[in-house]
Amino acid sequence: MSIVLEAKHINKYFKKPVLFHVLKDINFQIKKGEFVSIMGKSGCGKSTLLYILSTMDTDYEGELLLNNQLITNQSRDHLSYIRNKHIGFVFQFHYLLSEFSVLENVMLPAKKLAEKSHQEIEHDAFEKLKMLNIEHLAKKRASRVSGGEKQRIAIARALINNPLIIMGDEPTGNLDSYNAENVFNIFKQLSDEQGLSLLVVTHDEDFANKTDRIIQMADGNILT
Amino acid sequence: MTNWNVILNIAKTHLLTKIKQTATAALGVTFGIGAYITLVCFMTGLNAMLDDLILNQTPHIHIYNEIEPSEKQPISLYANIEDSFNVVHSIKPKLTQKKIHNALPIIKYLEEKEAVRGALPQVKTQIFYIAGSIELGGNITGINPVDEARLFNMGDYIVEGSAEALQNTDNGILLGIGIAKKMSLKVGDRVQVSPINGGIFPLKIVGLYQSGIADLDAIQSFTNIKTIQRILGKAKNYITDINIKLYDIEQAIPLSKKIEQQFNLTAIDIKTANAQFETGTTIRNLITYAVSITLLIVAGFGIYNILNMLIYEKMNDIAILKATGFSGKDVQLIFMSQAMIIGFVGGVLGLLVGFGLVSIIDTIPFKTEALPTVETYPINLNPLFFIIGFSFAMLSTFLAGYLPSKKAKKIDPVKIIRGQ
Repeated sequence: MSIVLEAKHINKYFKKPVLFHVLKDINFQIKKGEFVSIMGKSGCGKSTLLYILSTMDTDYEGELLLNNQLITNQSRDHLSYIRNKHIGFVFQFHYLLSEFSVLENVMLPAKKLAEKSHQEIEHDAFEKLKMLNIEHLAKKRASRVSGGEKQRIAIARALINNPLIIMGDEPTGNLDSYNAENVFNIFKQLSDEQGLSLLVVTHDEDFANKTDRIIQMADGNILT
Repeated sequence: MTNWNVILNIAKTHLLTKIKQTATAALGVTFGIGAYITLVCFMTGLNAMLDDLILNQTPHIHIYNEIEPSEKQPISLYANIEDSFNVVHSIKPKLTQKKIHNALPIIKYLEEKEAVRGALPQVKTQIFYIAGSIELGGNITGINPVDEARLFNMGDYIVEGSAEALQNTDNGILLGIGIAKKMSLKVGDRVQVSPINGGIFPLKIVGLYQSGIADLDAIQSFTNIKTIQRILGKAKNYITDINIKLYDIEQAIPLSKKIEQQFNLTAIDIKTANAQFETGTTIRNLITYAVSITLLIVAGFGIYNILNMLIYEKMNDIAILKATGFSGKDVQLIFMSQAMIIGFVGGVLGLLVGFGLVSIIDTIPFKTEALPTVETYPINLNPLFFIIGFSFAMLSTFLAGYLPSKKAKKIDPVKIIRGQ
């Protein structure tokens, strides 16, 4: 199986307020179609690691490869393009653009990528919404839907450009158990049926136990 | 690669959902530009009117014989005392004739020059207007009325009668309105004038003259050049002044210098003669622009403030846009285009408001004794002002939008997303 994401000797320091070694020589790989969760106590560096992997944080040492291509030290504009095309995000808080309709929120990353026509993008967005059973919300304002629905919209948005990998920062952290279950099932389905790689930071042990692999972190090191 | 459709769409949505703030910011620009257009059109209109008041009837070059003392006194011509020091007391001006020597050939020569639109002869003299036993002192100028009307807008200052009537009437006079009032005369009456060297000549009043300068109107009259030559008992070549109008006013200084050298006459150009008007115009323009720029700067700060607020409100949006693949430049463009849209809409509205106000001012009656030709407030509707106003609106909103949008560009999405 091909390797989607690979981290080599990642080191990260926080310089303020005092010098602090957050991540200590992190090495791991994520294969295509793998559903991986990262667990660990608060402050162990798991979110920090995720944001380095997401290319948004560029202040680290080591090498990061996406689809076997080195993305460390690329220009910010190129990193934006990589995020746009290859990485989908789901956050703990839903982070939709509240003034836009649900459909527009989902379409936005594809419009930015501009590889398809407006009609194609709209069609794709409807497909994604249908897949997540929320197509009836398409025309609603993003600020008018419930929390569980928002998270599903965020997943649809993450999927719109058919990324290589989806990253989640506690995607179920703000949801009740029913909706959390729902989100997990969606992820599982994406991983099984579409061969999508997933990397999810979570506190939820039940959630983590159902994933293919758990990366345990403590004090900036990977334990397992 | 910039995807303008997406960027403008986001900018539009932001502006429309915050329509009140958008309107406030745009209105700031509207008032700034509107006030600028109104001010500048009105002020330059007034300027042009005041300039016209003097400059229109002022020749570009005025040639005459100056009465002045000789620069070289006879003693300095005496070679024997060349190296010594001399003092001459109570120098008197040199006795010269008032008339310009060879005036008619000079006029002919000047008229043939390419830069010259026209050169008109005048005869100026002092005169007494006689009303019973009262003698009123004054000036009378002999002119070619139709040519004067053509080149120096004489017609604007004839409140009754016309330049043609003066041209066609032998022994006619165009009487200053101040004199007419003093002597209770009206068009069609006769007035007796007496030159300094004696004799009384009755002249028929064919029109009234009002320059707008009361002191001048109380002494100045005009008549045909032939009539005045007859009154003075002079020949047809008796010309005291030559007035030149040029095609290009900038030629006035070099040409006047050349004439002085060539003909040994005094030639005063319009710039030297009316330097104080230039100063007045410059200062009025300065005030206009100072006030307008202040208004636009205030409007600019309004936009700056509102965009700053907007960016704080939209921190989450900015973070999510960046996380989903919008670059810092894209985000900056989103906020820049919001500023520019505000500037564009506000600017266009401002131009319309300015145009409306100016049109209204243009219809307000403005009658004054001093300005016989002016009926309403003067307005100078120059398209250039609209172009300047609009450019200024775009420039100030650009600057006001630049700093906040730069901040938006630099926002670190990780900090926002993790901070919550």
